Amino acid sequence: MSIATDDRYNTLEKSMKKLGYDKSALIETLHTAQETFGYLGIDTLKFIAKRLRLPYSKVYGVATFYNYFRLKPKGKHNVVVCMGTACYIKGSNKILEKIEQKYGIKVGETTPDSVLSLLSARCFGSCSLAPVVVYDDVPKGKVTIEDSLCDIEEMIK
Amino acid sequence: MIREKVRVKTFKINGVDVTGQSNQTILEVARDNGIEIPTLCHLEGLSCVGSCRMCIVEIKGSREPTPACTAKIKEGIEVTTNSSKIEATRKMILSMMFSERTHTCSTCVANGDCELQNKSVELELQHSQVPYLNKRFEIDASHKNFVNDPNRCILCTRCIRVCDEIEGAHALDLAGRGLSTRIIHDMDEPWADSQSCTSCGKCVYVCPTGALYEKDVSEEEVIKKRGIILELVKNRGKY
Repeated sequence: MSIATDDRYNTLEKSMKKLGYDKSALIETLHTAQETFGYLGIDTLKFIAKRLRLPYSKVYGVATFYNYFRLKPKGKHNVVVCMGTACYIKGSNKILEKIEQKYGIKVGETTPDSVLSLLSARCFGSCSLAPVVVYDDVPKGKVTIEDSLCDIEEMIK
Repeated sequence: MIREKVRVKTFKINGVDVTGQSNQTILEVARDNGIEIPTLCHLEGLSCVGSCRMCIVEIKGSREPTPACTAKIKEGIEVTTNSSKIEATRKMILSMMFSERTHTCSTCVANGDCELQNKSVELELQHSQVPYLNKRFEIDASHKNFVNDPNRCILCTRCIRVCDEIEGAHALDLAGRGLSTRIIHDMDEPWADSQSCTSCGKCVYVCPTGALYEKDVSEEEVIKKRGIILELVKNRGKY
């Protein structure tokens, strides 16, 4: 789809216009872009760079600096395993390891059929429920290894 | 724009009274007075970012060491540039630079003309105080004249600053964070495909190590023209 006919670029354009095409609003614009597209593709980044009159390298540098921004499309479902101190002690690293083994992907990666993305987080602030795993934005506490594998199966079915 | 009036300020460096203008940094005043402070990322003619932390000094009353290249002078401060604590910290910083990437002088094109190497000799660093990580980065040799080898990069950002401030292209920048930070061209494209790079070679001339170098040179053959930038800036009447 070309940029001119893609509605999502329209949304992005409007958001930049609202901020007066301000160079310092780059991060804000990247947020909008990720919300609209689900990820930040190279074409999207180049579009933003041109509109805000920023160097390509600068935009790419900012997009890769923050953990929050994704440069690759997300899978249909996503699982976030908390790696905060409390969850880690309660064995979240083992849960993560098992999921990685089962689906053959590493943290931050998506399965080749783009069904499942695996992510980790620093802390959800629900340490009393440790270990916490979030399935498609639904958090679940006191998870065991077996639980988590079953829940993922259920989710991606 | 409201311009702050430039005033003369008096303070102490290593117990000696010195004076400077209020818009000067500690480093500038120290050099004017013949007091040497080691630097690495600093290059005359470019802006200062304080990224290498080699020029750290102690200021009385401040708990943390301060980079002299970015700290403006203040009336009555007492600066120490060569205490044993500062020297030990500098050695540690240098060690960490060595451990982050793979700096093997014997196979490096910049051997003998490397600022990292010279700095270690100057500060008498005999061995790294931190274990080497030996993380591997891909070399970008796509450009017809130049090579980018991130394994020798110390992330001083001189190349980024020279490209932005002198050449005006801003083809380079830092991507990623922490240990995986790299110098990239445009959208992390091969150097040859970069649309904004003008192939002027200034980034190569200012690189303190062998991270950016000209093709067709082998070990110890690199000759850097680091002074070229100051000449350019002077000719433009900005200095």
